[in-house]
Amino acid sequence: MDWKGRDVISIRDFSREDIEVVLSTAERLEREMKEKGQLEYARGKILATLFFEPSTRTRLSFESAMHRLGGSVIGFAEASTSSVKKGESLRDTIKTVEQYADVIVIRHPKEGAARLAAEVAEVPVINAGDGSNQHPTQTLLDLYTIKKEFGRIDGLKIGLLGDLKYGRTVHSLAEALSHYDVELYLISPSLLRMPRHIVEELKEKGMKVIETTKLEEVIGELDVLYVTRIQKERFPDEQEYLKVRGSYQVNLDTLRNVKETLRIMHPLPRVDEIHPEVDRTKYAIYFKQVFNGVPVRMALLGLVLGVI
Amino acid sequence: MPELKVSAIKEGTVIDHIPAGKGLKVIEILKLEKLSNGGAVLLAMNVPSKKLGRKDIVKVEGRFLSEEEVNKIALVAPTATVNIIKEYRVVEKFKVEVPEVIEGILRCGNPNCITNHEYVTTKFYVISRNPLKVRCHYCERTMEEEEILANL
Repeated sequence: MDWKGRDVISIRDFSREDIEVVLSTAERLEREMKEKGQLEYARGKILATLFFEPSTRTRLSFESAMHRLGGSVIGFAEASTSSVKKGESLRDTIKTVEQYADVIVIRHPKEGAARLAAEVAEVPVINAGDGSNQHPTQTLLDLYTIKKEFGRIDGLKIGLLGDLKYGRTVHSLAEALSHYDVELYLISPSLLRMPRHIVEELKEKGMKVIETTKLEEVIGELDVLYVTRIQKERFPDEQEYLKVRGSYQVNLDTLRNVKETLRIMHPLPRVDEIHPEVDRTKYAIYFKQVFNGVPVRMALLGLVLGVI
Repeated sequence: MPELKVSAIKEGTVIDHIPAGKGLKVIEILKLEKLSNGGAVLLAMNVPSKKLGRKDIVKVEGRFLSEEEVNKIALVAPTATVNIIKEYRVVEKFKVEVPEVIEGILRCGNPNCITNHEYVTTKFYVISRNPLKVRCHYCERTMEEEEILANL
């Protein structure tokens, strides 16, 4: 696989081998970053971050990654400060921005926007989240985190908890995990179950999938518990949101009978689904996850720029 | 009941065995209402059929539709057969088949898909033929038969 110029749009476009290339490159860059602080791989290269909807965390993570690689960053953090407000089409925004940058990172509220941007742009495009569809770099950093914690991904029992209906991080993660020999537990209120077509696809790929509404029945089995927020902004109907708001919370009580080696992950931000007292336990690794976003995004930027 | 005879055409394409009521949709999908060669388009609706009970037939005079073009109609008329006519004789006959990629004729049923907000030619991958299931190239959402028909 030639990475130079490649777009990163959907985890569906990634084979297991592709994923392994990203993870091992991230591992190498993390080591180099610790040794040298500043790297020079992307000196002279410019990243444009086009955030049509706000996401401080992901944007800062990409910006940090590009700076760590020695490159520089331009962009906007919300559509209201760009020409989009004047009615400019996405196509025209991309055609314009590609004149200024060597790589584009896009976050957009409409599903499929990143794919369209990639088709329009001559420079590589990285999807930083398109509506409730895909967020492939989050998935790659999730896989990187799991691999760092356990030294492997195969053989693990992984539970996804929360909004499995609208949560794009869990959609992508489930798809990516189907490349590995894992058991997947899907834990959610019935209103927020993983979409049928995704579950069917996972099963067709031979994955063992267990669906339940009761966390307490399965938590003792798990190696990883991946918790997600119930995202009010993704609900088309507020009444539906009110029915499921606060329907689960992970706290010290919940963790009484878990495996010693359990690791709790969360893409953040959280609201009340993990009690802050859990942060101090050995199980919580969500802030490590945030850190891991930087080497993973450095790896992706370096690979698609062809400088690594 | 004897089959209804519709006047023969000298050259062109006859799409037969269209499920009753779908003939107009076939004309729409193939954009035959905009036929520029001056040839006639004949539509017979709800005619008796041994195979289907009732069927629609579309005859397109003076134009040979490509196999790929015709296959688009498999989305609404999976039972259809296509006859290529030259000098009043059938020179080629085939059944329609759902193509692997459907471009331009289907809207995405996801209201938040970028294709419903920007000028984009839609593109879908057929992931299952029976039952019919397609995936949007852009938003990756899958649509099943009922939703596909509603978005043609």
